[in-house]
Amino acid sequence: MTLEYILFILVIVVGTGGELCLGRAMKETGELKRLHPSDAMRLLGRALRVKWIWIGVAMMATAFFSLVTLLSFEEVSFVVPVTALSYLVGAVGGIFFLGERVSWQRWVGIGLVCIGVTMVVISR
Amino acid sequence: MNPPLTETQTETAPSEVHKQLHLKTYLLIGMMIITGPVGNLLLAKSTKQVGEIKVWPLSELISAFVRIFSSFTIWAGISCLIAFIIAYMLALSVADYSFVQPAAALGYAVIAVLGVTILHEKVAPLHWAGIAVICLGVSFIRGTHPRTTGNSD
Repeated sequence: MTLEYILFILVIVVGTGGELCLGRAMKETGELKRLHPSDAMRLLGRALRVKWIWIGVAMMATAFFSLVTLLSFEEVSFVVPVTALSYLVGAVGGIFFLGERVSWQRWVGIGLVCIGVTMVVISR
Repeated sequence: MNPPLTETQTETAPSEVHKQLHLKTYLLIGMMIITGPVGNLLLAKSTKQVGEIKVWPLSELISAFVRIFSSFTIWAGISCLIAFIIAYMLALSVADYSFVQPAAALGYAVIAVLGVTILHEKVAPLHWAGIAVICLGVSFIRGTHPRTTGNSD
């Protein structure tokens, strides 16, 4: 049970931290102007030179291996929705790490998502 | 139905740039909600074929990972997740993290359906209700402006 909690924490906190680092890298890289493969590849190529990408990838890799281990003994339709708790971590990280403005409407949405996740856990 | 205005939007009609931003954001999120769940499903399928992973002793863990990574299914899953990451990174270049991440939660409904239909997992009614609430939350988030930093118009 303890191992299960540790793995969930790794998936949620470290995984979200990694995604926030990706967000930081993409904000530093610039915006995708056109939905065209060549533009997308050029943008991703530039992003690879930003240090935040690599920090994010390392954190996400840790979360990925934790997820693979979790999925070996838990049902996918339980594990994946529980990782939605990362919305809360993500919104706080978005404000403090990325300088985003999270409106009341977004907070309501995040609150509903957390309630939904709790329902999923209780239904187990 | 138009999404309600937030404090980051003006009362004027959306500009062309504004529309482009929405189009790009929704298309990339659309890619995410398909590739993400399919990737996770394939991962689950490949790990279930191996059985429960013992994390100790270390030799057991290594041998389990070798068995997992020698299956085709996990590589198909990893390919989907790479496509997911690319779509995610591109979406993050045009929209807020706190917008893209929750909006991609529509994928949870997709994964529950796939879990039931392909892996034959049981999903309780309360579980479905939880997924419905998650989707309602996502609809609130989608009503906000996708970008609040940089050159948000």
